[in-house]
Amino acid sequence: MSLLRRRRSTEFIPAADRYPVEPLAGALLEVTDIRTHFETSRGLVRAVDGVSFSLERGKTLGIVGESGSGKSVLSRSVMGLLPKNGVVRSGSIRFEGRDTSQLAPDDQRKLWGTQMSMVFQDPMTSLNPVMKIGNQITEPLLYHLDISKSFARETAVSLLSSVGIPEPERRMKQYPHEMSGGMRQRVMIAIAIACGPKLLFADEPTTALDVTVQAQILDLLQAQQRERFMAMILVTHDLGVVAGRTDEIAVMYAGKIVEKAPTRTLFSQMRMPYTEALMHSIPKLSNPSHTRLNVIPGRPPDLVSPPKGCNFSPRCPYVQDKCRKEEPPLVRAEAAGHEYACWFPAGTPQGRAALERNVVAGAMSGVTAETVRVGTTPIGGGIKSGTTTTAPSTEGST
Amino acid sequence: MAGSGTAHLRDPADTLLRVENLVVEFSAGRNRKVHAVSDVSFDVMEGETLGLVGESGCGKSTTGRAVMQLPHPTSGKVEFEGVDLASLSGEELRRTRTRLQMIFQDPISSLNPRRRVRDLVAEGLNIWNIGDDASRDAKVREVLDAVGIDPDAAGPRRPHEFSGGQCQRISIARAVVTDPRLIICDEPVSALDVSVQAQIINLLEDMKARYGLTMIFIAHDLAVVKNISDRVAVMYLGKLCEVGNPEEIYAAPAHPYTAALLSAIPVPDPLVRPREIPGVGGEIPSPLAPPSGCRFRTRCPRATEVCAEQEPIMREVQPNHFVACHFPIAPA
Repeated sequence: MSLLRRRRSTEFIPAADRYPVEPLAGALLEVTDIRTHFETSRGLVRAVDGVSFSLERGKTLGIVGESGSGKSVLSRSVMGLLPKNGVVRSGSIRFEGRDTSQLAPDDQRKLWGTQMSMVFQDPMTSLNPVMKIGNQITEPLLYHLDISKSFARETAVSLLSSVGIPEPERRMKQYPHEMSGGMRQRVMIAIAIACGPKLLFADEPTTALDVTVQAQILDLLQAQQRERFMAMILVTHDLGVVAGRTDEIAVMYAGKIVEKAPTRTLFSQMRMPYTEALMHSIPKLSNPSHTRLNVIPGRPPDLVSPPKGCNFSPRCPYVQDKCRKEEPPLVRAEAAGHEYACWFPAGTPQGRAALERNVVAGAMSGVTAETVRVGTTPIGGGIKSGTTTTAPSTEGST
Repeated sequence: MAGSGTAHLRDPADTLLRVENLVVEFSAGRNRKVHAVSDVSFDVMEGETLGLVGESGCGKSTTGRAVMQLPHPTSGKVEFEGVDLASLSGEELRRTRTRLQMIFQDPISSLNPRRRVRDLVAEGLNIWNIGDDASRDAKVREVLDAVGIDPDAAGPRRPHEFSGGQCQRISIARAVVTDPRLIICDEPVSALDVSVQAQIINLLEDMKARYGLTMIFIAHDLAVVKNISDRVAVMYLGKLCEVGNPEEIYAAPAHPYTAALLSAIPVPDPLVRPREIPGVGGEIPSPLAPPSGCRFRTRCPRATEVCAEQEPIMREVQPNHFVACHFPIAPA
């Protein structure tokens, strides 16, 4: 086994001529102002609208947001997994200093697996149901690396055991339907890391799994990442999942990054009201039963015609006239590496003043302070008309 | 874990629903049987919310469906309003079911895509011919309004025009329209985002207060279950492990499985390191051949020989806190 490990680790460095690598300086991935828009009959859907970030080798970035915030489209844009037709793309993606956004399909394919790979949300639909597990793992090995079939097989077995699958020899001959959801996700991870990528995308890797299995899979991803010195982008809607397992977090809303910070800074000094609201909507184990949950009223904006000004303004408890007119830029906060996009950030004097003004204004127009206070807005909010939200609703919940 | 026994049942005079020794088995061909639910007993008092938690495949949904007699349980008694549902004829059962409703996990696929929202919600009333056209229409408007859906704007639309959270609201409206007494919610928020999940949980609490409902809330998320329940029952592989009030169970879990489940919950705080509790490893064994004795013993850090031989029986460890384990965790 130890012999096998050693052989594997040398084999796994891709030949330099296969993919010319520039000096190891700088970030592994640098994404600048990328936009991905889809042409639909209703108009242009701005799924990703001007996102920039960079990722160092071996680090983990968490991307958090509600459904429809563009987080999955973002990771697919970086991977180059989007269809050619009906998609308008711009911006630059530099992977190890090389622009990968304009690569020909053949060159792109050489990147997948060996340089960057992806673990998808639903392990049942992302594995081939009519192909044995063993063949699905050896396929990328044989395609990308110049190795023999028998060595690929040996490697696949050791990969399976390294992702915690008991009896790997027997599992090699099984089909995906013979495995549980957690086991299938382990197989997905084995396939994704088979050719030793430098960057791993995990797109909601545990959303379809139980809590106990979720913890196991997240631990596994973290262990593999450390062992192989991979960078990882963990996409999820659950702040709990990214809290203990990322170096940095980017919060996305309506196709844009609205706050980005090192993980600890983000949790201790949230500035963007959306991050705060997302955090408050998680039920806490420490609260007594029947604690009223804080909700974000309404739902994310229609990406065909996003609201004027700040995208979050229709749902924001801090909202002021300025927010409805001007879009806030991403600005630096005091803490290193912390950026946010808000005119009246939470936890600052301006933010507190804005919130107070809303409470007073609400009281004068017959709205109780309750409806304006952070996150305690009633559930009826904005959903009543069945169309896009226009303003935080003021009606009571029942 | 995973034991039998009825020590945790309360006085039948006070309960709306009483399930005793419920067994559900499915044939798997070649003389094999899936032991989905094995000897489960619980009761629900009027106005109470019972939370049923466990991993996928532990039989929690099957238990919920067996209460509805969908399908009929293999054996055991389901007493609703003092009447054993298994003894009812088809027609009598159909009449009883108006007072028993269910909300399903996937809000979009549980609504007929070809029907309009107002027809979906009105269907129960139409089938039972309750009231005249005008009063039915008024009732539909009332429940839609109560769940936060505008009856005028949404009534003529079809499910695909709504988001997941809105579809779940419509499902809730449909469930309460016939004035049920008991609603079984089968993972109603598992398919939703956290922000929408909070909206739906608050809505369920409101509906419970407004219509005087009793609920069985099935979920795998312990934090959600704690928030909504008055009493929690933890299930594992077709058996109950632990029953009690949520504060008690979450503060001092007596069953090793409950402790493992609690430690697996991701905490949204980077300063809290994921806890290392032994025994969470591995996966749920196959219900085709469940382990002998205590069903949790294959994954349990406390398991000894006794656990393989004898099935633990439900017993009281603290007032109103019951556990089926030979070696329960003593409160600190």
